[in-house]
Amino acid sequence: MKAIKYIVAGILFGIIMTKSEAVSWYRIQEMFRFQSIFMYGIIGTAVIPGIILIAIIKKYQLKDMDGQPIQFITKDKRWKKYLAGGSIFGMGWALTGACPGPVFVLLGQGYTVMIMVIAGALAGTLVYGQLHDRLPQ
Amino acid sequence: MISFLSQPWPWYVSGPAIALIMAVLIFSGKTFGFSANLSNICSMVGLGRRVPYFNFDWKKQRWNLWFLAGSIAGGYIAAHFLQSPQPMGLSAATISDLQKLNIPFDGKMEPGSIFNWNYLFTGRGLLLFLGGGFFIGFGTRYAGGCTSGHAISGLSNLEIPSLIAVIGFFVGGLFTTHLLFPLIFN
Repeated sequence: MKAIKYIVAGILFGIIMTKSEAVSWYRIQEMFRFQSIFMYGIIGTAVIPGIILIAIIKKYQLKDMDGQPIQFITKDKRWKKYLAGGSIFGMGWALTGACPGPVFVLLGQGYTVMIMVIAGALAGTLVYGQLHDRLPQ
Repeated sequence: MISFLSQPWPWYVSGPAIALIMAVLIFSGKTFGFSANLSNICSMVGLGRRVPYFNFDWKKQRWNLWFLAGSIAGGYIAAHFLQSPQPMGLSAATISDLQKLNIPFDGKMEPGSIFNWNYLFTGRGLLLFLGGGFFIGFGTRYAGGCTSGHAISGLSNLEIPSLIAVIGFFVGGLFTTHLLFPLIFN
């Protein structure tokens, strides 16, 4: 069962996000007020090994566990959607103090009111899906 | 082991641990990006028949939905078995700033005065939870990713589009924190 591997990875993710305090509304406020290195330290020490890992994978053309070459999809270069979409998400991140992963992790922690954030996020996704062709990309 | 894990984790332990999750997914032939699940759920419930944007084979993304299910379980496990008894080490400046907005720091990860069902049924609660959720869903789909997809996966692959998206996260977050919060909470 391949599902088990991803469930275990998800469990580890939930534990790491909780213990890192990256799910904390207070920590996100601290980040947007530049009052501690904490969140920047987490992102920085995640990205630096990430850069090294991906550089090694590309250099040695490493394969995944199924023996397939590892490919990285290059994102398209139109910039408007990244800035506009990113800014809208940033507002939601500050308001709820959570990005999409932590929303579900917090639900698991027992903050059942996060169901309303999930409902809002699905509504936002649905509206975006309908407007997709009409927005500047 | 449990008591070791239950201590508050320093940031330089958490960051590499997140990179490890990304590594597991990369070596499984997948891409670490959580917000794709919002589209996956819409597609799974059959919205693809009405909205072309959701008309894709969500079953190929099933692994990510399992990952989502695991993340809920992980939150439960961490909260029930790995909780640190100490109050969170939030900076004094943040505590004082939030006090001015009438949001007391209670030592927990989420402010108990906000994260409850009674608060939802206030104007502020609706804006925070439903409005904030809407912005998360709309914004991450428009930008094509969230913190995991852009800030972690994208920046690790040195992608300029992800850097632009992360700048956007901060444009929206700083605007909300410094200009909207005083209007909302005062």
